[in-house]
Amino acid sequence: MKTMLRLSVNGKPREDAVAENALLIDYLRDALALTGTKQGCDGGECGACTVLVDGQPRLACSTLAHSVAGREVETVESLSQEGNISRLQRSFHENLGAQCGFCTPGMIMAAEALLRVNPKPDRDQIRAALAGNLCRCTGYVKIVDSVEAACGREHAL
Amino acid sequence: MNAPDRKVKLTPTTKSDRGVGARMPLVDGIEKVTGTARYTADLPANGALVGKILRSTYAHAELLEVDISEALKVPGVRAVVTGSDCDVPYGVIPIAQNEFPLARGRIRYIGEPVAAVAAVDEATANLALSRIRLRVRELPAYFKATDARVADAVLLHENKAGNIERAVHNEFGDTAAGFAAADLIREESYECAEVHHAMMEPNAAIASYDPERGHLTLWSVTQVPYYVHLTVAQCLKMEAAHIRVIKPFVGGGFGHRVEPLNFEVIVSLLARAARGTVRLLMTREEAFLTHRGRPETQIRIKLGLKRDGRMTACEAEVVQRGGAYGGYGLVTILYSGALLNGLYDLPAVKYDGYRVYSNTPPCGAMRGHGTVNIRFAFESLLDTMAAELGIDPIAIRRKNLLQAPTETINGLKVMSYGLGDCLDWVERASGWKERKGKLGRQGNIGKGLGMACSHFVSGSAKPVHFTGQPHATIALRLDFDGGITILTGAADIGQGSSTIITQIVTEVLGVDHRRLRLIANDSAITPKDNGSYSSRVTFMVGNAAADAAQNLKTLLVAAAARRLKVTEAEVEWYGEGAAIAADPDQQVAFEDIAEEALVGVGMLTVNGTFTCPIEFQGGKQRGGAVGSTMGFSYAAQAIEVSVDLDLGKIAIDKVWCAIDCGFAINPMSVEGQVQGAIWMGMGQAMSEETVYENGRHKAVNFMDYGVPTIIDSPDIEVHIVESMDPNGPFGAKEASEGPLSGFMSALAAAVEEATGHRFRMLPITPEKIFAVRQEQLAAAANEVTSQ
Repeated sequence: MKTMLRLSVNGKPREDAVAENALLIDYLRDALALTGTKQGCDGGECGACTVLVDGQPRLACSTLAHSVAGREVETVESLSQEGNISRLQRSFHENLGAQCGFCTPGMIMAAEALLRVNPKPDRDQIRAALAGNLCRCTGYVKIVDSVEAACGREHAL
Repeated sequence: MNAPDRKVKLTPTTKSDRGVGARMPLVDGIEKVTGTARYTADLPANGALVGKILRSTYAHAELLEVDISEALKVPGVRAVVTGSDCDVPYGVIPIAQNEFPLARGRIRYIGEPVAAVAAVDEATANLALSRIRLRVRELPAYFKATDARVADAVLLHENKAGNIERAVHNEFGDTAAGFAAADLIREESYECAEVHHAMMEPNAAIASYDPERGHLTLWSVTQVPYYVHLTVAQCLKMEAAHIRVIKPFVGGGFGHRVEPLNFEVIVSLLARAARGTVRLLMTREEAFLTHRGRPETQIRIKLGLKRDGRMTACEAEVVQRGGAYGGYGLVTILYSGALLNGLYDLPAVKYDGYRVYSNTPPCGAMRGHGTVNIRFAFESLLDTMAAELGIDPIAIRRKNLLQAPTETINGLKVMSYGLGDCLDWVERASGWKERKGKLGRQGNIGKGLGMACSHFVSGSAKPVHFTGQPHATIALRLDFDGGITILTGAADIGQGSSTIITQIVTEVLGVDHRRLRLIANDSAITPKDNGSYSSRVTFMVGNAAADAAQNLKTLLVAAAARRLKVTEAEVEWYGEGAAIAADPDQQVAFEDIAEEALVGVGMLTVNGTFTCPIEFQGGKQRGGAVGSTMGFSYAAQAIEVSVDLDLGKIAIDKVWCAIDCGFAINPMSVEGQVQGAIWMGMGQAMSEETVYENGRHKAVNFMDYGVPTIIDSPDIEVHIVESMDPNGPFGAKEASEGPLSGFMSALAAAVEEATGHRFRMLPITPEKIFAVRQEQLAAAANEVTSQ
């Protein structure tokens, strides 16, 4: 059964009729066409669907859409503002933090959550914050480099 | 009337910062970081039917009947297809096609597709699947190569006695004489678990059938759109000209997608049967069941060495559990023998390989195809024997280096060879001389250093399909707007091929890279390409791109000469324009040159091609094409570990890897490829393993399968060695597969230093280390007791 869901997505208030058992990822991808949020696994393993709910990283694949009623949801699509990509996006781009790119939106959202609370994390802190996000291309080295570079740290290698 | 020429003030081209050698970000990187890159599941498919596959729960059975009558009655079901809808077998190797997209007559593994449904929504599709009834007669099933090979085993495929898909027996050089001349001979056995690609994007495909025209369009996650195109035409008995295959962004492959896969045919069958569009999104579990990864492998290997460490002969027997169907199998078993050669100066090699059918998901090609497990065994045995001879692991490898150019005993050409430089750097960077064997123990932490070498082909010199066409073709299009469109069939699956091609065209033409755009992988638009496998793209498509750019430049220089009213020889090419060499103030802008070039002919489309000459296509022996290439990459790596001796847990502290990739067209990209390859080797070495219980895959998710997280993953320092290959584009060779296969034995060596035990099986898990540790402690206790 569908009921009304009121929430904010990427800074815009929304009101949509959403099935009570709908997952947040399906609501974002299918109803709002926000396909930057990816599904890489069968639930809760890979982090490709990481979005921010009230600033905290959450797995959209394991979150009921109605459970975030009244909350602030941010997806990767929110990061570029007025044609400018964010510092993390630029850094992932310039430092080859993305290869195939499938894990990248989730990786960037998890890193965004980290930098909001810890603007100058070291490599271990970056690894801890991204521990729930799998990547199969990079070996993670340039992902750590990218987050470091985004906050103005020279990487240690 | 033509407008007057643009006024320009150009200076001779300074080297473009986006040409070859530049650390250029990916040309499609912005789409990836902003989330606007569309992968197959992201494509708009309004009104598409939902496809679902029914998979076998039997490991081996005669399939007597598939009853779909009840499924067809479910309201909202638009099509149900079974094996009777496709009686054409397929497979990537033309001589080994024995797989049907939907089982016919026989089921050979748990997870094999048996039927498929297209319905208005997912719930309806699932309901319909549940209404399909199978009638089967179960057969004995074999989950291990040894079981499948017993004398009275039921044959999985009637024409393959002993369930052996392919046996390879060859000898190059005189191994008997080699072993007779050896001062030390050792023989050991190795075992490697089966591993899977686990690329991040799950499988997905969309097929749209136009019933009026009888045309089909297919979007899929493939690395080989051309093979998929041919296979769909073959299985659906359609004209290839009535099919269009498009590859959107693809989230990795690593070999999972280098052959046409059953779901690509199934979704096409569904779309045609439903006379519409069907979207088939598969689960992570289904990717593990589609599999195509590296086989479980048993290796017996024997090596002869002189007292000074020189190799005299090698003998190896390799048994691969291949799974239920052919796929790339015969190539994998041939690779394992062929690429014993090409890394060191090895005067005699005898190889016996057995590719065995089993009731498990089909294996296939995976990064480092066929070379990884045998390299683990070879490098490990070499280490053990070096220790016995009292020779340092790096020193013994230096003793056996090749001299390029040369030809190996099995007919492989080695044209450039930077392994010696790789060893030098790894030795220095890791502090090998000062630290190897001296790291000691700190409490319960054992420390160790290990190293190994490895290599891989830059594309198979003989393609899978013999068409007489070039190995690679690329087109450049120039029209009224002065923009140059690169048209390529090379599949960028995240490895960055589109970026490499763009850099090469930028370099040759000298133009502003923003003048270029690239369109890839739409069979209605782009030239055919064999696909992204065997690390062929940079080498082959790169050479074709350079050729195309040179051909376009020739036309542009001629047009500039006409505008400048001089001969072509008098033109100085500036990239964004041209000038008279003797009078540099007389200039013409690119836009005017382009306008001139189109006069009388209209839009220009210029081809560039590349073909591997026949002398590079391998030895004359049967299967001799496998392993043949125009350029081998070489890598050496060292690994430092800390092993918690109480818990058996390994921490990789650091990896140093030097790669001879010929020339780095994009050094940042080379680093990324090398890091990814080493890390994937780490996964296989330490944690990854498919697990079957009575044929049922028990590890069908990332966690149970053992994909390493960022926490488990070390910093990997990469050093690039440029040996300038004489045939590679600007000297380049591959960089993304070779480094993988060195990791396992380097790890085993480091763990041996840390624990005192040499592991000869993969993965080296904490459980195995813990068990060995308990034995060591018990043995030590016994010794104390008996004293």
